[in-house]
Amino acid sequence: MQNRTLEIGVGLFLLAGLLALLLLALRVSGLTVGSVDNTYKVYAHFTNIAGLTVRAKVTTAGVTIGKVTAIDLDRDSYTGRVTMALDKDVDNLPLDSTASILTAGLLGEKYIGISVGGDEELLADGSTIHDTQSSLVLEDLIGKFLLNSVNKDQAN
Amino acid sequence: MSAENKYAVELKGVSFQRGDRAIFNNVDIRIPRGKVTAIMGPSGCGKTTLLRLIGAQLKPSRGEVWVNGLNLPKLSRAELFDMRKQMGVLFQSGALFTDLDVFENVAFPLRVHTQLPDEMIRDIVLMKLQAVGLRGALDLMPDELSGGMKRRVALARAIALDPQILMYDEPFVGQDPIAMGVLVRLIRLLNDALGITSIVVSHDLAETASIADYLYVVGDTQVLGQGTPEELMNSENPRVRQFMQGTPDGPVPFHFPAANYRDDLLGER
Amino acid sequence: MRKTSTLERVRLFGRAGLDVLATLGRSTVFLLRALFGRGSSGNSLQLLIKQLYSVGVMSLAIIVVSGVFIGMVLSLQGFSILAKYGSEQAVGQMVALTLLRELGPVVTALLFAGRAGSALTAEIGNMKSTEQLSSLAMIGVDPLKYIVAPRLWAGFISMPLLAMIFSVVGIWGGAMVAVDWLGVYEGSFWANMQSSVAFREDVLNGVIKSLVFAFVVTWIAVFQGYDCEPTSEGISRATTRTVVYASLAVLGLDFILTALMFGDF
Repeated sequence: MQNRTLEIGVGLFLLAGLLALLLLALRVSGLTVGSVDNTYKVYAHFTNIAGLTVRAKVTTAGVTIGKVTAIDLDRDSYTGRVTMALDKDVDNLPLDSTASILTAGLLGEKYIGISVGGDEELLADGSTIHDTQSSLVLEDLIGKFLLNSVNKDQAN
Repeated sequence: MSAENKYAVELKGVSFQRGDRAIFNNVDIRIPRGKVTAIMGPSGCGKTTLLRLIGAQLKPSRGEVWVNGLNLPKLSRAELFDMRKQMGVLFQSGALFTDLDVFENVAFPLRVHTQLPDEMIRDIVLMKLQAVGLRGALDLMPDELSGGMKRRVALARAIALDPQILMYDEPFVGQDPIAMGVLVRLIRLLNDALGITSIVVSHDLAETASIADYLYVVGDTQVLGQGTPEELMNSENPRVRQFMQGTPDGPVPFHFPAANYRDDLLGER
Repeated sequence: MRKTSTLERVRLFGRAGLDVLATLGRSTVFLLRALFGRGSSGNSLQLLIKQLYSVGVMSLAIIVVSGVFIGMVLSLQGFSILAKYGSEQAVGQMVALTLLRELGPVVTALLFAGRAGSALTAEIGNMKSTEQLSSLAMIGVDPLKYIVAPRLWAGFISMPLLAMIFSVVGIWGGAMVAVDWLGVYEGSFWANMQSSVAFREDVLNGVIKSLVFAFVVTWIAVFQGYDCEPTSEGISRATTRTVVYASLAVLGLDFILTALMFGDF
């Protein structure tokens, strides 16, 4: 009888542990089973990817449709080449869509937003988005702003 | 081969050291088969160490320990555990497994070493407990037993596998006269009824002398004397005589070695 | 006079070094024999279940309670800092990453050392001092197989499970504070968390960490019990040593593991 409660306790403990792993996988890390097969690869070149990291989300109209899987430097053009994995469900993005690096909130994480273009041809596995808008670098922005105000002062 | 049959345990030229301190120096001890042999000596002379050497829980620094024709220091770990099935030990504290009740304690060696059905294990355990007079204590836990009862349960466990050699580590220490009498009778009875070789390590002279067929007195890293109890009582060796007669001063001095008493009291500090 | 005392000090230092090496060697032999040595231990599954109960299930309460509180505190602290930068919704990812990568494995290991480790040392030390270990050996049962091995395995199995339970409960506690009290939008709390937590990099690395900790803490606890001086002072000293050594080992190893796992980005 004592053995029985012991075994039940251990069984519940093991179950709780496995359930915890499952929760961590599905709820916390957002792992989806078999997600590897349901994506296609698209590339984009940016002159400056500053702040974008692997695993950043890719959105269209604010809806997440994929994520960044790799970032490397293109040796010929000296641009940052970003590899994105997009959901197969979203297979109707025109070839001339624009990819821009955006920031969530003032100092939040960087992500890629894709604005839909008007081309007949669609993005397929392995194609490249040519129309890109680079990361907004706060220092550059402030620099421009200061320069502008100085110019204005001089004009006055 | 005849010597092997006559002696169950033989220590040949055994030395043992703990750290820098020598416990035994070139000791020869032979334990005759089927008899009660007592190993006696003052406290701290390494009697328990001797049992551990025979049980191969310790390895001698030098020398050979033969048990039933096997040289223990040469055996592998697995062979040792195999050999120990032929040995039973009654530890000073009883050493019952505190998380098992009396029945399971006695059944333990049977469960791990035999494939006997539960029915038969039950019968054997009841027989062993009956032999030590504790069949009624079947369901008690070790912490519900008195010291003497613990030792008797431990004894039942030690004989569960019908060993050929049974060792007792200080069986009489801290027992009331009744428990002592029970143990003395049990040791003699089990030895004669089961035909096993008994080794009793003790410093309780009267009880030990009353059951032992043969006595060894050890002390100061040596065997000081051996013989039947009567022979030793009349020993010429002053150290043996001091021990056997229990005189407070003699070759083993009353005073621990110290500087001159007078100098210590009156001398400069 | 001076010269000899310096020499004496060097000798003592050398002696201490040799002692440390000897202990390391003994504990390694001890571990290998317990885990891989030949010899039966009877119904080993039954023994393992018993130990899983006393090592794992009995530690569950302290793990769950500490997990909830640590998650809640993380959430409160994270919120007040992140709110200054207007990114309160990132509190979910902060809580989850902190718990999965660091606090889950480390705090679980520290609590485990205090709760189960000290109990293991005391229990085995007590068995040694009451001659139960010798008695087992004389019955022909290897105490390394019968007593030590099931406890080692129970520790190895329990701790990663406990660490994962700790993280889950902590994240839940954090979510409760952030969403219900502080008013972070629930959707962005979880979405932020999911987009920044990677299963392999964060969850699995955390589990690997706690496996390493489980190995070290259980090994230290069981060895200290087995190797202790069989007296009551000896046992209490060994118990203290278990908690101190295990905690230091966990914190030191955590740094090394973190550097190896997350150091390159």
